[in-house]
Amino acid sequence: MTVISARGLGKSFGTKVVLDGIDLEVAEGRIVGLVGPNGAGKSTALNAIVGLTEYEGHLDVLGLNPWSSRDKLMRDVCFVADVAVLPRWIRTHQLLDYVAGVHPRFDRAKAERLLAATGVTPESKVREMSKGMVTQLHLAIALAIDARLLILDEPTLGLDPLFRKRFYDSLLNDYFDGNRTIVIATHQLEEIQHILTDVVFLDRGRIALSSSIDDIESRFVEVTVQPDMLTSARALGPMHEREAIGRSLLVFDNVPRGRLEALGEVRIPTLADLFIAVMEREVPSATGSEP
Amino acid sequence: MKLDGALAWSVRRELWENRSVYIAPLAAALIVSFAHLVSLIAAPARLAGAFDAVGAERHAALVEPYTFAMLVIMAAGVVVGIFYCLDAFYSERKDRSILFWKSLPVSDWTTVLSKAVVPILVLPLLTTAATIVVHIVMLLMSSAAMLMQGLPVMVLWQEVAPISMGVDLFYHMLFIHGLWYAPIFAWLLLSSAWARRAPFLWAGIPILAIAVVERLVVGSTGFVDMLVARLVNGPMRAADSREIMPHVNPVEYLGSPHFWIGLLVAAPFLALAARVRRRSGPH
Repeated sequence: MTVISARGLGKSFGTKVVLDGIDLEVAEGRIVGLVGPNGAGKSTALNAIVGLTEYEGHLDVLGLNPWSSRDKLMRDVCFVADVAVLPRWIRTHQLLDYVAGVHPRFDRAKAERLLAATGVTPESKVREMSKGMVTQLHLAIALAIDARLLILDEPTLGLDPLFRKRFYDSLLNDYFDGNRTIVIATHQLEEIQHILTDVVFLDRGRIALSSSIDDIESRFVEVTVQPDMLTSARALGPMHEREAIGRSLLVFDNVPRGRLEALGEVRIPTLADLFIAVMEREVPSATGSEP
Repeated sequence: MKLDGALAWSVRRELWENRSVYIAPLAAALIVSFAHLVSLIAAPARLAGAFDAVGAERHAALVEPYTFAMLVIMAAGVVVGIFYCLDAFYSERKDRSILFWKSLPVSDWTTVLSKAVVPILVLPLLTTAATIVVHIVMLLMSSAAMLMQGLPVMVLWQEVAPISMGVDLFYHMLFIHGLWYAPIFAWLLLSSAWARRAPFLWAGIPILAIAVVERLVVGSTGFVDMLVARLVNGPMRAADSREIMPHVNPVEYLGSPHFWIGLLVAAPFLALAARVRRRSGPH
């Protein structure tokens, strides 16, 4: 089943085009990483998906139009924005009372269980918490909502590495059950690449690459090329080339692995390396090629 | 109203956030009760003096402290209501919590209603309750003082008539402070949803502009007259214009077209506020 379906999704602020007609399909049970540099349009795309911003084009989330049915959609969608948004005046127990009061799918006991592992107490006020504690509180509420679609916009900003790792582990082991769908926007790829099933690279409002991890593994190859093989390697049309301690690292897109193995050591690029390769390839094509 | 519904929870949330809604009337209640106690101790002769007079004069002298207490608590309620409305939608954008509230399955319309309910229903009922309690406390204090001076306590209770005063107050607060002023609160709420900064100014500027344009172009002051009529006159004002608290007859009120016109003006302001809130977002 398709959870998110966008066709020609666009958004401009004045003359600035933030989303330039995106096509995107996300199926149920996927964990999608939405990756891009600052200003690529990640947050705008997510805000459109959860009905927080108006958009052009067609967008369908869980069979609903998010802009006209935000409140209905939010019964099945859980969203954590990229900035601290919990009201500063509220106390933990009030927040849990309110969410439990208005959200039919909120499991208060689960939220309390998740919070027990943190320094957040029922009486603590958001105003008095550290930045990390506020994020922990928000994520505990998010994970205690039995949502079909969880949208996280830079969820672990400002958290220490230990908590980040624990969060993603519990996201995968306790929360994700194969029926839920998760979309995570981030530019810290290393810490999420092991949990993703799909990745979408966004660059200046356009999709630079949208692929499942399986396809990436069969499609892209990174080769450490010895200097004497460089000319023949370049002849195969690498999408990206970079120098690393006296060696050349070339990334190839859809070149048979057998032909590359002769050039040097072959491996699947990390998502971070692939991201750089895709982004730097995008630069000339986006500004128009020389005649 | 279903007490576990999103609207009820949202109203509760408003009271958690804006504690001044109940603290201000309670503080005013405490202050006037304390002031009454002090005056009983400092000027015990005043009560006896009231009994030197007769008829309407005695009635006025006995009732005066109670009317004053009522006005102080009422004023606290009005001030809180105005500031509450101007802040209601402005603060949730300022601290970005709007992004959190909107991530919950609560419609903009429910949120707007929950914020309108506070000045239109919650505050009038709270100030009524606070005033009734204060009146009873004051009467008990005065009764004790009168017993010591050998004055007729029953006369005081008959003249002040706390039950009928409470009923009058209830109607006055609900029909005038709540529903008659509803278009004003709705306008302030809309300004709060719409203003990028200084909602107080943005609430005032359009009113000033309309008044000035009308005066310059048409040469009349109809708009200002209408506002003044809304602010100081209830529909019953003409009948008993010298009373501090116009006696509200709910049946007459419900029969007055001006009453309904006010509500008809409030409705589109609130609908607009919901529309503006739907669009106000994370930027």
